[in-house]
Amino acid sequence: MAGFLQQVVQGLGAGAIYASLALALVLIYQFTGIVNFAQGELAMFSTYVAWQCMAAGLPFWVALPLTLVVSFAGGMLIERVIIRPVEGAPELTIVIVTVGLFIFVNAAAGWIWTFLIKDFPNPFPGGALELGGVSLSFSTLGVLGVVALVMGLLYLLFQHTKIGLGMRAVAANPASARLVGIRVGWTLALGWGLAATVGAVSGVLVAPLLFLEPNMMAGVLIYAFAAATLGGFDSPLGAVVGGLVVGVAETLAGAYVGFIGSDLKVGVPLVIILGVLLLRPQGLFGRAAVERA
Amino acid sequence: MRVSAIGCTALLLLAVAACGGRDTGEAAGGGTGGGTAASGQCAGQQTTGITDTSIKLGGIYPLSGPASAYGDIPKGIKAYFDYVNAEQNGIGGRKVEFVVRDDGYQPPKAVEEARRLVEQEEVFALFQTLGTPSTTAVWDYTNQRKVPQIFVATGASQWGTDTSHPWTIGWQPNYVSESRVYAQYLKKEKPDAKVAVLYQNDDFGKDLLNGFKRATDGSQVQVVAEQSYEVSDPSVDPQMRNLAESKADVFLNVTTPKFGSQALAADAKNTSWNPLHIVNNVAASVTVLQPVGFENVQGVVSSTYYKDPNDPIWADDAEMKLYRQKMEQYAPGADPNVPYHAFGWAVASSFHKAMDAAACPTREGLRDSVRNLQNVQVDMLLPGVTMQTGQDDGFPIESMQLMQFKGERWELFGDVIDTRKEFGPLTN
Repeated sequence: MAGFLQQVVQGLGAGAIYASLALALVLIYQFTGIVNFAQGELAMFSTYVAWQCMAAGLPFWVALPLTLVVSFAGGMLIERVIIRPVEGAPELTIVIVTVGLFIFVNAAAGWIWTFLIKDFPNPFPGGALELGGVSLSFSTLGVLGVVALVMGLLYLLFQHTKIGLGMRAVAANPASARLVGIRVGWTLALGWGLAATVGAVSGVLVAPLLFLEPNMMAGVLIYAFAAATLGGFDSPLGAVVGGLVVGVAETLAGAYVGFIGSDLKVGVPLVIILGVLLLRPQGLFGRAAVERA
Repeated sequence: MRVSAIGCTALLLLAVAACGGRDTGEAAGGGTGGGTAASGQCAGQQTTGITDTSIKLGGIYPLSGPASAYGDIPKGIKAYFDYVNAEQNGIGGRKVEFVVRDDGYQPPKAVEEARRLVEQEEVFALFQTLGTPSTTAVWDYTNQRKVPQIFVATGASQWGTDTSHPWTIGWQPNYVSESRVYAQYLKKEKPDAKVAVLYQNDDFGKDLLNGFKRATDGSQVQVVAEQSYEVSDPSVDPQMRNLAESKADVFLNVTTPKFGSQALAADAKNTSWNPLHIVNNVAASVTVLQPVGFENVQGVVSSTYYKDPNDPIWADDAEMKLYRQKMEQYAPGADPNVPYHAFGWAVASSFHKAMDAAACPTREGLRDSVRNLQNVQVDMLLPGVTMQTGQDDGFPIESMQLMQFKGERWELFGDVIDTRKEFGPLTN
C-alpha cells in the first residue's frame, strides 16, 4: 500500500510540473483564442535568463523578479513584432507561426547557451516529509504550492477584474470588443506578456528537477497539452486538475500495467487527448463552444 | 471545432516526437558518376578524390541542433590534418582536404549531405558520419557507390557484425564491448551482484543491455530490474523510483547526457538506496557530472579508451604535449581540454596510420587497409589499447580501461581489459 501511495505522490509531483505549463497555455488561450506551441520554449528561454542572472552573481530572489519582468516584456514584444502581422489570419496560420517560433527559440537558446546541461538551484529546501512510509519531498510540495497560487491568481484575474473581462471579450469576439472601447491590440499583447510570465515561473520550477538545457520543455509540453485538453482550455482549475490526473495516470500506468511499462508511458497523454476529444471536446471544466447556425 | 483543431495538432506533435529518428533512409540509385581508375598493380581501382599530391575527405556532423556538442570533434580532426599538411607534407605526400557538413543529427539531411559530398565534391571517402541513425541512413548509399565510410562515430555493433556493407567500418569500442568491460569488472569484484539497469529505448540502449546480459550469462551476476525511457520523456525519475524498489546493489546507467545527469541526481537524492553506480561512456563526460554536483558523484564507475586531456597523469605525455601545442597553433579558438577535440585528434591520426598502410592509394586500398589493422598503436589512445581488425573482426578498438570519479575528475584504475581475449570475437 505504501508503495502504491508513493507512486501516487510521484505522479502528483510530475503532474504539478505539467500543470504549471498547462496554466500558461490556458492563459494565452483565454486571452487570445489561440494555442501557443512555443509556450514551453519561451519558458525555457526565460529560465536561461534567470540562470544567466544568477551566473552573473545575483541571488535567486533577485534574479526571479527580474526574469519575470523580462519575460513579460519579451512576451509583449513577440506579440507586437511576430503575431501582430498575422493577427487577422485564420487560426491555422497563427498556430504555424507559433510552431516556427518554437523551432527558432529552441535553436536560439542552443546557439547562445550551447546544448550542454546546466544545473539550476532549487528554491525549496532538500529533504522530504515522511508520512506513514510515504516520502513527500519539499520540492514537490513547493511546486504544488506555487501552482495552486498561480491558479488562484489567474482565477481572480479572469473572473473578478475588468482586464479579465476585457480579455474574455477580446477572445470571444474581437470586432465587438473593439466597438465597445476595448483596446484589442494591447489586450492581446498583455495576454502574451502574462502567459510568458506564468511560463517563466513554470520553467524556474521545472529546471531544478529536469536540468536546464534547450530541450527541457519539449517533453513537458506534450503532457501540458494533455492536461489542458483534459481540464478544458479555458479553465485554470481544469489545467491543474488535468495536470495532476495526467501525472498520476502516467505514473501508475507505467508502474502497474504490465504491457505499458516504461516503454509505452509516453502514449498515455496521447490516449487522454484522443479520449477527451472524442467524448467531451470542451474538457472536464471547460464550457462547450456554442455557435449560431 | 477550435479545440479539436488544437487537439489534432497536439496529436501530430506527439506522433512526431514519438517517431523521431526512425528514418532508415532510402537506398540511392542511379547516377553514373565520373570516377577515375588507377593503373599498375592497383589497376581498375577507384581513384576519385585522390591524386599524387592531395586527398579529399568528407565528414558529416551535427554542427547544429540537439547533438551539436559533438560538433567539436571535427575541430580536433582539422587541427590534426592542418598540422600534418604543414609539417609533414601531408599523408604520404598527399595534402588532406577535409570538408565538413552539418546534418543537425537528422538522418534525411545526412543522406543529402553524403550525396553532395560524393557526387559534387567528389571526395575520396567519407571520414566519419556521426550518430547511429545518420550512419544507418547513409550506409546503403555509400556501399552501393563503393565509397569508403571510415571510422564512423557511433558505437553500434552493426558496423562490425554486418557483412553486406564492407565499405563501412566503426572505430570506437562498440556498446557490446563496453558492456563486456562492466560484466568482467562485476564478475571479479562483485561476483554475486544484483544489477538494476536504466536504458534508452533504442538500438544504443538495447545493444548495451543485451550485451551485458550475454556477458554475464552463466555467472552469479544477475539483472534483477530493468527500466527503459524514451528520449522524449521529460524525466527518468519514475523509472529510478521503480529501480530503487529492486534493492539491487549495482546500478547500470545506460543513458545519453541529459538523462545521465537526471539518473545520477536521482541516485544521489535517494539516501535509502546506495548501489554501486556504473555510468556508460556516452554519459561519462565531466559536463554531465558537473551539474549534478561533484560531491554527489564520488565513486561512480565508467570506462574509456583514449587519453583525457584533463587527467594530470598525461601532463608530460609526448602525444598530449604535441596535441596541446598543435591545437593552439592550428585551432586557436578551441579549448584543448574538451575531450571531443582529443577524440578528433585520435581518430584523425588513426586514419593517418590506416592510409599509410594501404597497399594501393585507392578506395579499395583504404577499404582493405582498415579491415587489416595489425595491433596498430595510436598515441592518443590509452597505453595498451590498439587497433586490430581482420577478415572476421570488423571492430578496430575493443579494449577499454575502467575509471572511477574522484574529486573533480576521472581516475583510471585496473588494467586495460581486452574484451576479445576475455569473451572471444563479437558475433551476432
